[in-house]
Amino acid sequence: MNPTTDDTERRLIVATQSGLPLVPRPYHAIADELGISAEEVMQRLGDMLARGVIRRIGAVPNHYAIGYTANGMSVWDIADAHIHAVGERIGALPAVTHCYQRPRALPDWPYNLFAMVHGRSRDEVLREVETIAALIAREFPDACARHEILFSSRILKKTGLRIAA
Amino acid sequence: MNDRAEAVMLDATDRAIINALQGEFPLCERPYAAAAETLGLSEDELLARLQRMLDEKVLTRFGPMFQIERMGGAFCLAALAAPESRYDEVAAQVNAFAAVAHNYRREHALNMWFVLATEKPEGIAETAAAIEAATGLAVRCFPKQREYFVEMRLKA
Repeated sequence: MNPTTDDTERRLIVATQSGLPLVPRPYHAIADELGISAEEVMQRLGDMLARGVIRRIGAVPNHYAIGYTANGMSVWDIADAHIHAVGERIGALPAVTHCYQRPRALPDWPYNLFAMVHGRSRDEVLREVETIAALIAREFPDACARHEILFSSRILKKTGLRIAA
Repeated sequence: MNDRAEAVMLDATDRAIINALQGEFPLCERPYAAAAETLGLSEDELLARLQRMLDEKVLTRFGPMFQIERMGGAFCLAALAAPESRYDEVAAQVNAFAAVAHNYRREHALNMWFVLATEKPEGIAETAAAIEAATGLAVRCFPKQREYFVEMRLKA
């Protein structure tokens, strides 16, 4: 951990990374566990939100359980001159839950834009990806040389990040 | 693991809770009561429904989502091409590393895609090298160069 994460912050992360207590006064429960005040817990969580250490606080749904049983990692070979404009545009689409620029690994991996697409079926994901391809062709002619979809066929592990206590 | 979980039966109130609470959970003395009020529920009912949805694995978690990079750590997407005859063995070797946070089988020549999460940036290359040593297979790293804004919310 770097110096911006002090010891109390680290203990707060360890205490909350698996979830907030489901009790009427959750921040007070955490405060009791850490031996600090509830005000400090709330102030530190607010500070971590402001700094981006916490992305958001709330419910993390299981995609499968709420019906999004198909996910495809769409990968795109986008001309460098257009990568950021295309990335911003694709990231803003509702079906896209992650959108990143990543390095190509030539010669066999030409793709530099990764967009995760979730849907209620494989066909829905295919249709979404075709919609994205048509949008790119229309708004950024010749920017995209090729694309592929890598469907996930099995979750092998999903534990998320865990920081040791 | 709930990977092929059948969609659990959710009623309109469950969906309203999921859709409303994927962020902006209040920082106040009784945050569940405050959130319940905007949903037209009692605090007890919201707590009971959240507990049930966690028990049924509709929610994987309720709480803060941390960004490890902002704490000095690192994430990296990585992939390898595992021979079909050794696929399960390689998956077990890769999953044995605590730094492997997610791992998915995908339909491609690169058929195993996983996310490395380490507390220090140098941990990524060290873990990738250790996975290569354990499996005898080349690990491709695809570090993110830029993240484009996404809503990160799915409508239930």
